[in-house]
Amino acid sequence: MTNLAFFPTITSNPVFSALIWIGLILAAMYLARKPSHRCLSALGLLVRSSMRLMAKSVKMAQKRLSDRNRDVLLSAGKEHAERLVEREFERIGTAVQRDLEGYPQLQRSLNESLVKLDEDYQNSVDIPQKLPDWGKVIKAIAGIQPKSDPLVGNMLKDIHHTLSEQHAKGVEKHRADTAKRHTILSRMVPLLRGIKKTLGGLDKSLSDLSLRAKRIDRYMDNYEQIRNQTDAALRTLSSSSLTQFFISGGVLIIALGGAVINFNLIALPMSEMVGGASYIGPYKTSDIAGLVIICLEICTGIFLMESLRITRLFPIIGSMDDRMRRTMFWTALSLLAILAGVESALAFMRDRIAADTEALRQSLAGVSPNAVAGSIIPTVGQMVMGFILPFILTFVAIPLESFVASARTILGLAAASTLRILAFALRLIGNLGYYAGRLLINLYDLVIFPALWLEEITMKIFSRTHTEEDGAEESENNGGLGGSISAFDSLAQEKEMIK
Amino acid sequence: MKIFRIGIICLLILLTFGCSQQTNRAKGVYMLLDTSGTYAAELKKAQLIVNYLLGVLQPGDTMAVGRIDTGSFSEKDIIAKVRFDVRPSVANNQKRVFQNKVNAFVTEVDRSGFTDISGGMLQAIEYLNESESGNKYILIFSDLQEELAKGYVRDVPFELSGFNIIALNVTKLRADNMDPKQYLNRVEQWREKTVGGGGSWRVINDLERLDNILARG
Repeated sequence: MTNLAFFPTITSNPVFSALIWIGLILAAMYLARKPSHRCLSALGLLVRSSMRLMAKSVKMAQKRLSDRNRDVLLSAGKEHAERLVEREFERIGTAVQRDLEGYPQLQRSLNESLVKLDEDYQNSVDIPQKLPDWGKVIKAIAGIQPKSDPLVGNMLKDIHHTLSEQHAKGVEKHRADTAKRHTILSRMVPLLRGIKKTLGGLDKSLSDLSLRAKRIDRYMDNYEQIRNQTDAALRTLSSSSLTQFFISGGVLIIALGGAVINFNLIALPMSEMVGGASYIGPYKTSDIAGLVIICLEICTGIFLMESLRITRLFPIIGSMDDRMRRTMFWTALSLLAILAGVESALAFMRDRIAADTEALRQSLAGVSPNAVAGSIIPTVGQMVMGFILPFILTFVAIPLESFVASARTILGLAAASTLRILAFALRLIGNLGYYAGRLLINLYDLVIFPALWLEEITMKIFSRTHTEEDGAEESENNGGLGGSISAFDSLAQEKEMIK
Repeated sequence: MKIFRIGIICLLILLTFGCSQQTNRAKGVYMLLDTSGTYAAELKKAQLIVNYLLGVLQPGDTMAVGRIDTGSFSEKDIIAKVRFDVRPSVANNQKRVFQNKVNAFVTEVDRSGFTDISGGMLQAIEYLNESESGNKYILIFSDLQEELAKGYVRDVPFELSGFNIIALNVTKLRADNMDPKQYLNRVEQWREKTVGGGGSWRVINDLERLDNILARG
């Protein structure tokens, strides 16, 4: 009843007043039923149409972004593949140049070896003369027994002696010839080994070339796939860039840790140089100066890597001529060495200031300053760290390049996914709006159901009366066709309502 | 060439605004030491506070220690004063010298017959205003019982806008123990004077709570 207190009382009885109000409201709602239905329906359609339009727009943006991501991915993949092929060709070029440079020498060496071998072969062709078969003759002569004539005996002895001497000489000569031949043959062995080794080296070079050629074939296949924009290539590139993103991100975080340590090494001594009382914004000038030095070191490191063509963050550096690049390399290296030296000196200064401050604190706290440890190791350690860290930070350029390259793809993919989800959400909201409108229409009818119920009853009575009257007239005129016509009319009316 | 020029202009703008928007973060601390009567015995504690402050203050900050005696509105009552150099190593040496001066004063202090806290405050205000410190602190190491000698007039209103007044080790007198209202009235009177002058007021009696004494406004 308290809710009805807003309405002015019609009668003295509040319940009766409330009932009258309810009746009036229901009547008003019943009368405004069609416009209300139209309004709710239009509202639902409005929500759905606008959301669908927005979803379509977002979807188009997502498609454009996906296409752009695809282009970026393929372009990056193509560039990477080109770099790989280029590098492999460079290696092959170096190997071929190296081997071809040595080829005339190799050929000469082989020719010399072959000539020597030929000579030795020619020399060793002469087989030592076979020993005459004097053994039997000597044995036969030695076996003749001089029976009577001593002259014959002497003659035979002489013959035997001469033959024995000749035989000994022959054997000696034969041995000398054989030994000579063996010497020539043994001289051929190292030559043959040398030739074998040279040919082995040649074989290895050719195998290397063959392997590299196979590798290039593989790279070229990948390149072809990327050029043809196959799905497999896209999947591989996406996966590869995701891996690169996380790995390079991890390495960059580690490098950031190194930079923080570096910063702590030089921030305090920088206050000795630029003063510890001035501020730029909310930050100490000395801190900013330290940070600037570290940033300069990183920049110099990046230029160093660029001039070595290890990274390609600045294509203009990579496209410089070799002499210019060499100059740039030496300049960057010198600057880096100077900065490393400065940082090492700052680290030394930091150690001194820290020790002095600690001594002062102890003095202020009433502790004897002698308690401070006076080891030189921390000082040296800090100096070495101060010198090495700038060179280590140089290598940040490599993960930085990977991170930047992969971040483009990853951010693009993330943005495309977000847009896809947004489009889905918009469509969902549109549909929910539409069906909420339908639900409200039904709820409206539910609220005014007594009026609708009354309408239905009235309509039934009205239609029955009309049917009876028309039936009587029709039966008078046509003899029973009117019932079917009125039924047809009511069916048409129902259809109209459904429409 | 155009990009180079734009870069130079941007750099100049950055430098101009970067320098012009500098805020004065230097702290100025003036510590008043009560040397009157029985309170002079508390000066050993003041020495510890001075040492603590020397450890806390940074290069570029200003510090002074003045005594509260019969007539404290005088430069002669400044025991030690220093503006720390911007270089930490030089500032450390200045701190050592400052510490020695305070130590020498605490050892050789003569007790004064009267307590001119207001004069000391006026001297501190003048000194800190001259130092142009960004954050100004006046530490009053006293029982806040002012006793002026005959002829000394101290009815000058304090101009304490931007000042932080911290009363340290406000000891209770014998009369306070009998009637705590006296102690409360004394502290309240100084609080009103400070707040009325536009400054902020704090009391720290437990010297173990000196951490961040200069951090809060």
